[in-house]
Formats: sequence, structure tokens, C-alpha cells
Amino acid sequence: MKLALYRVRFFLAVWSCFAGASAYSLADDAPASANAPEASESAETPAAADAQEASDPAESSQPPKSAVAPEATNPTANAASVPEPVLEFERQRIAAVAKAMQPTVSVFAAGGGGGGSGVVISPDGYALTNFHVVKPAGNFMKASLPDGNLYDAVLVGLDPTGDVALIKLFGRDDFPTAEMADSDHVRVGDWCFAIGNPFLLATDFQPTVSYGIVSGVHRYQYPAGTLLEYADCIQTDAAINPGNSGGPLFDAQGRLIGINGRGSFEKRGRVNVGVGYAISINQIKNFLGYLRSGRIVDHATLGATVSSDEEGRVVVTNILPTSDANRRGLEYGDEIVAFGGREINTVNGFKNVLGIYPKGWRVPLTYRRGDELHDIWVRLAGVHRQEELIQKTIGAPIEEPLPQPKEAPKKEGEEQPGDDGDGEERPKIQPPIPGQDPLPKRMNPHAAPPPPKELAKYHVEREGYANYYFNQLNRDRVWSAFTSASGDFSTAAGPWELEGTLAGGGPFAARLAQDGARGVFPRGEVRLELDRDLGEQLVPAESGGLLVALHLWRRLLVEGPSQYGDVYYLGTAPMPGGQGMADVLVAVYDVVESWFYFHPDSGQLVYMEMFADTHADPCEIYFDEYHAIEGRQLPHRFDVRHGDAQFAVINLNVAKTPQGAAPAGEN
Amino acid sequence: MKLQADLKVFSMRLLLGALLVAAALIQPAVAGPSLADAIGNVQPKMVKVYGAGGFQQLEAYQSGFLISAEGHVLTVWSYVLDTDYITITLDDGRKFQAEVIGADPRLEIAVLKIDARDLPHFNLNDAAEADVGDRVLAFSNLYGVATGDEPASVQKGIVSAKTELAARRGAFETPYTGPVYVVDAMTNNPGAAGGALTNRQGRLLALLGKELRNELSSTWLNYAVPVQELAAATDDILAGKVRPRGDDENLRRPADPLTLTLLGITAVPPVLPKTPPFIDAVRSESTAGRAGLQPDDLILFVNNRIVSSLEALENELALLDRDDSVRLTVQRGQQLIDVTLGARE
Repeated sequence: MKLALYRVRFFLAVWSCFAGASAYSLADDAPASANAPEASESAETPAAADAQEASDPAESSQPPKSAVAPEATNPTANAASVPEPVLEFERQRIAAVAKAMQPTVSVFAAGGGGGGSGVVISPDGYALTNFHVVKPAGNFMKASLPDGNLYDAVLVGLDPTGDVALIKLFGRDDFPTAEMADSDHVRVGDWCFAIGNPFLLATDFQPTVSYGIVSGVHRYQYPAGTLLEYADCIQTDAAINPGNSGGPLFDAQGRLIGINGRGSFEKRGRVNVGVGYAISINQIKNFLGYLRSGRIVDHATLGATVSSDEEGRVVVTNILPTSDANRRGLEYGDEIVAFGGREINTVNGFKNVLGIYPKGWRVPLTYRRGDELHDIWVRLAGVHRQEELIQKTIGAPIEEPLPQPKEAPKKEGEEQPGDDGDGEERPKIQPPIPGQDPLPKRMNPHAAPPPPKELAKYHVEREGYANYYFNQLNRDRVWSAFTSASGDFSTAAGPWELEGTLAGGGPFAARLAQDGARGVFPRGEVRLELDRDLGEQLVPAESGGLLVALHLWRRLLVEGPSQYGDVYYLGTAPMPGGQGMADVLVAVYDVVESWFYFHPDSGQLVYMEMFADTHADPCEIYFDEYHAIEGRQLPHRFDVRHGDAQFAVINLNVAKTPQGAAPAGEN
Repeated sequence: MKLQADLKVFSMRLLLGALLVAAALIQPAVAGPSLADAIGNVQPKMVKVYGAGGFQQLEAYQSGFLISAEGHVLTVWSYVLDTDYITITLDDGRKFQAEVIGADPRLEIAVLKIDARDLPHFNLNDAAEADVGDRVLAFSNLYGVATGDEPASVQKGIVSAKTELAARRGAFETPYTGPVYVVDAMTNNPGAAGGALTNRQGRLLALLGKELRNELSSTWLNYAVPVQELAAATDDILAGKVRPRGDDENLRRPADPLTLTLLGITAVPPVLPKTPPFIDAVRSESTAGRAGLQPDDLILFVNNRIVSSLEALENELALLDRDDSVRLTVQRGQQLIDVTLGARE
């Protein structure tokens, strides 16, 4: 009964707010209004009418349509009668904006020209922004927070295809951070708001808030060439203007759901037309580990093209024979049913999934051939060759989001907020943007003032990297976590003697040493000659090169990343079989690239993949059952896989890792 | 024993159900309902229309919505429909070839038909009205953002004004001069025309208008035509009253029919399957010349029947005797002009 009464009052409140929408400026966006049809029904019942009179005499005598009038004439007169749920919603919104404001960054390029927005995501100052904001700004920039401080920031990582950049602010270890939402739960019609630095207005360090709704989810917006692809993005009518680029889009609770970076500006000059796009935060979560690696990271391709057929099925129209998808069984003409855990009905839907994963990840795919469904896990290849990506990243002339439009004509309708509007339809003279002084053209980055001395050490130039400093940082972090979990193997440089049995029966033995490797398997003995190409000694047969993998495993453990060869931090990638994320070190030796997966919590090495050939399946080893051997933790179970088959499970009985001569470079 | 277990499960379910209901009742007051439900009701009624265009900033797409369960679609009358190959994609992703069954250029609307059944639709006779200050939602496929089964884009706004487009004459050139809702949502975008304006509950209010740009200030007017202005014309179209009769085999055809040449009109050459009937030249010493028709006039109606192509125009004239008088409605710039050409003088 109480509940019923409450409902009546609630609907009442709703009704008066609905009917008098224009009267309550505070009631703007009141959640209650959505219930108005029900409200109008209850208002017709006598009880409701009474209650209405009690709560708002001004309205009770008015028919619904004209209820607006008496209040509209004096908006403040009825302030006291603003329904509590409306006030409550308003309080929530104010609180959400206040909370979301704190970590919102206004980015200004060093040298005084250009900039954009960003958002801090960790207390030690990591912040997200757009690639197209950072690109003209260079390696060092200034970033302000609403706390009134201007912080120095350095570039950390770049994702040019996804238009994302990671930067790091310095000066605090307790930066306010944005709480990330699960953007897959964002629905069309949800209230949302953007905070940022439109037209670089935040010269007083106070960012701008614009409110709107989610207009569309899982939108696909084509890339310019291969860069700046907005896959699976969130569309909003919250005003997104030049300078909002890189800034956060929040849900009604003030949780981060995306990074704004694009709009449709066609025909209307270069300002908001109610069609903005934000990169979903879930996509960025996938890339975050990669971005922390300081690398220029790549997006993924399946190695196959798809299109819709006449029945609306998405089918494979072309597939590279060298692709992992093909090796896993996908062929021309197969229908893609599901990808990345999503049902696929359109090509855009397929591209949306492809666009949210980094190169190298494994993603589940379901295809139909005839009447049969096949579930496979596919390793995604890169969109670019490494040199190509670097070239495009450096070379692509991407305009900074300067609010001053230029006159150069442009053909594409979809543009970055930093781009020009459409040349043909745009009037010759742009109406001035209120309150906006023309900013000077960005200076040549080489002419920008040198970075502060104390910051210079946080940027290390190296080809292929946005900032090699952060790669070293993470490589050392992962390695030091591993050595504290496993012990120091650099003093175990003698020949390793391993003995055990295969799960299916039969003996196993291996001797892994500086100068060669030898293995005994049920089918016989195999050897590795280190003066020959390792990629051509993939023994034993059908293992994909287990002996090479074991040899390189020992090599990494004994030599460490600094002596091994080229070892870099890849970022985080999922463990096969959905066992969560791992920190990955990529180690290149000879022609062989090995990926070592370290458990993010324990630091322990849990998995490795040894690629003798980029177009062939790797030899995979799952390391398990770690026990102490001579004071160091050594796995005693090796699950070895190659392609779709399990090669062997090795259970170790004896392991000797003697001290040897101090390791010296082998080459 | 099994039965007992089932009963237990059942009562658990009941309890759970009750809890859910209670939660649903309380929820609005706590978290506030979203617009998602209203939007979810409208989306299945929205369609994507594809046709002519695709060059010179003429997008080959626009928006529309279903107005009958049998696949009638209301949209704007535009160059996009100047083709025999109009495709409509429903919200569920199904694609259909569509036929223009009628149009009213004065209101800038057209009704299309696809071959489908049991479709969710708006009822034009049950449309809502809005006042200034009311909250509205705009649904459209602006910029062609959505394809296949991807839902139309949604924007929120309020009604800023209810006015007549005629009041803006001179600033905005448009054949339609009747009442419109002006909204603060940015609806006047490429591809948005033909979309739906609804209230917060998802009840239809108006049809999003065609792109309308102020030549002087280069601003665009976000407006929508109230359904009440369109309902009668739409009914006429559905009743076949404005349909060209030319294709009807049963009609009596005069022995000496009227022709363009007799009127003194030379039309543009029929270069397209559906060439719009533009006048290329007018003989000065002719009925057309004396009535003031000019080159570049677009003939829209013959005796109030729409002629959407040169072929349709010729077919319609073929039903008239050369001794009859004929009423032509032409579009000159953004103006509609009626002329009556008397019988042979």
C-alpha cells in the first residue's frame, strides 16, 4: 500500500515535471519524464488528482497542454515544488560531473599551438588521448587538470589505427583517476556527457562539459587509409567540437565509457552537428597493455576479407593461405557466424570486432560450412608491416585540432575534429566561433622549446617506438617479477639435464647447454646444431620445434633479456583458452621470435610460443607445476602443442641446472 | 520426490519473479528509467532508404519510417527517389526493393511500398502533438551511419518553436511553407530527411524535413513537419488518388491525345530511366509560352496527378484529348506554380 502511494506520488511528480518541462530548468533531463505516459494515466484517477493538487496546486486546475504557461511566466516561483526525484537526479548528475571533471586533462602542445583533451586513468599519471592530438604535439606536452595545475607530460604509446595515445603526467603519485565502465553495456538513449577542451577554451584549466544521449552503439567509421579507424565506437549527440579530441565520454554515473575523437562535420563547417564518435573504452582496455609498452602498436587483420551475400550472411570472399585463420580451417565461402564472442550479421559487425583487438591476440571465431558449425581460435595478424606502420605514423600529415578552419577543400565526409570541414559546401567566410581567438599556427616541433631537464630522461628515442623508455621500464619490471618468483638463473649457466616421462608413456631426456641441445624422445634422439639456422631444425617432428623452444627458454632464463638478443615488452595479451591476461616479452634470436607469457600476479613464466616462421604454427609450451631445484623454481610439467594438436605432456622427474661459467655472448 | 523438487524450483521462481517485479517498481525512483525503452519501440519502425545520388554531395540515401504493417513507408520526396532501384533496409536488416506509390511535392513527401507483412509501424492517425519546450527524440540514418541491421541514430532535444516555414521565406527557400516544429537537436544533416520526430514516449510527432540551408547565414534549419499536416495527403496517396494512371491498360485513350509538342514544350532528353520532366525549351508562340512556362521548370503534376518522370508525364498526357484543357503544376526554383493551359487556341 505504501508502495502504491509512493508510486502515485512519484508519477505525480513525474507528471508535473513532464507537463511543466520548460518551467523547471533544474528538471532538465529528469529521468522521471520517461514515465510520463503512465503518469498521465494515473493522474486521471481521483487519488492521483488529489495528490496532484496537494503537490502542485498551480497545475491541477490546468489541462496538461497549458500547464506550461503559468509556470513559464515565473520559473522561480515553483522552485520549492520541484519534485524530489527530479532534484535527486539533478544532485546525482552534479555529483557525476564533479567526479568526472577531476581526471579530465586539457592537453596543450609545447610551443603554444594546438592541443586537445585527455583523461587520467592511473594515480601515477597515465592518461589517454588521441593519436591525432599527440602527433602534432610531439614527445613532450603540457597537461592541465581542474586542480589548477599545469603538469608536464610525455608521450608513452601510440595506436595510430585506433587513434589512441597514452601519455604520462608527472608531478604527483595521487592523480585523480577516471573509473572505467564496461562500454559493452552502454545502450542507445543512455545519458552521457563529454568533458574536454573544445576550441582550447581551458586556458583557465577548467574543462567544458557537454551533455547528451548515446545516439548509437557499435558504430563503424571508416579509416583514412589504414589509420584513424573508429570501429565499434559510441555515437553521441553531446557536443563534440575541435579540441574535445582525446577527451573522455562519461556515462550518467560519471564512469568513463569512451574517448571522443571524431565527428561527422560535413556541410556544416567544422563544428558539432550532433554526431560525435567516441572510441569505446573496452577497445582501449584491450590495447592498454600494448600502449604501456611505449611501442607504436598495430591493429589486427584476419587475413581474410568478408562480404554480405544476398541472404545477408557474412561470408569469406578471400583468404590468405598463409593466415592463421586458414591454418585453423577457415576457407573461401565459409559463413562467419560469430567472432570475438559476438554474433556477426553485417560486414560492419565483423569489422567492429576486428577493430577492437591488437595484433597478435587470439580471438574465438565460429564459422558455418554446409550444416556444420566450427569453433576455432584465430591468431590475428597485423594490419601493417612494421616499417609501413612507422612510416605512416611519422609521415601522415594529421592536422592538430586547431579551431581555425582552413580553406583547403576536402572530399571525405567523415573527419577528425582536427580536420577541415568540407571545402565545397562550406561558405567562404566562416562565422567566427564565439569567444575564440585565432590561435597561432603550430610551430615546427623541432623549434618547440626543449623539454624540462628533469623530464628528458623519460623519453628514449628508438625506431618503432613512441617512447622506448617505457618499454625498458616494463621489460625490467616483468623480468624482475619473474626472477623474484623463480630465482636467479644467471648462475645456472652449466648444461641442464632434464629427465622425465611423456604422459602417453615413454621416456624423455634433454641436455640443454650453451653450445647445443640434445633430446631423447620415444621415437629417438634429436639434436640441435647452433651454427645452423634454428628455423630449419624444428625437431622432434610434429612438435613445431620443441628442442629449439626449450633451448631458447633456457637461454632467456640464463642470459636474461639484456643478453638474450632483442627482447622487448609486447604488452598484455590473453592466455590461450581464456585464462586471463599475461605480460608478454617478445624475444628475437636468430630468425626465431618467441613470445614468453608471464602471470601478471605471480610473475611466473606460464606459457611460451616459438615462431620459427611467421607463416607457420608455433611450438607452444605451457609451463606448470613449479618446484624448487637448487634454490630456483623450475616447471615440472610441460604441455607441448603445435597447431591444433597436443604434441606431448612431459613430466619432469630429474632436473639438474648446475652452475657454469659466467655467461658470455654466444655470437 | 521429483515433483517436490520441481515445486520447489517453481516456488523459487515465483519468489524471484515477485522480487523482480518489486525491483522493477522501485527502480525508477532509485536510478531513474532511461530512454532506452521508448527508443526500443521506435527503432523497429525506422527504415534506411537507398536510391539515386552518390555524387556532388548528393547522398544516395535518406531515412523513412513504416506507416503500415504491409510495408508502406513515409519518407521525403527527393532526388534519391529518382530511380527504378530504390532499396529499403528494415531495422532487422532485411532488404527490399521499393516502389514509389505516390508523392506530394508540395509537402515534399513520398510513400514507398515494399513487399512485406506484419511489420511494426506508426499509425499516422494516432500521432501526438508537442508544445514548445517539450522534449523530443529524433530518429534518422543521418550520414548513413547505420547499415544493415544497425539501428538508426537517436538525438534528443526540445521543441524550440512551432512556426510556419513561410515565415522564413527569403532566408530558407522551400516549397513547403506550412507549420513545422523547429527543434534544438541537430536533425538537418545529410541523410536525416524522412526520419521521425517523436516525443519522449516514442509517439510519432513529425517527419524530419529535407536539408534546408539559409543562403545568407549559411545556417541549417532543424525542422520537422507535423504528421497532422501530412496525414490527409498520405491517405490520398494510399488511396491511389494521386497515382499516375498512365500504366492502366483499361483506361480509354483518346484517338488524338495531347502531347508536349502541341503545348509548345520541349522536354529534356530522356537520358535516365526516370528522367525528371524538366522543360528544356518553350515555343514562344504556344499555349505554354503564353502561360509563362519557362525552361528549367519541373513539371510535377498533370491535373493534380503526380508525374515523377518524363515517361509518366507523356503517359498522363496520352490519356487527355487534345481539345481538353490541362492544369500543370511546375516547380520553378523552390516555388510551385499552377498554370491551366486552355484547349487548343
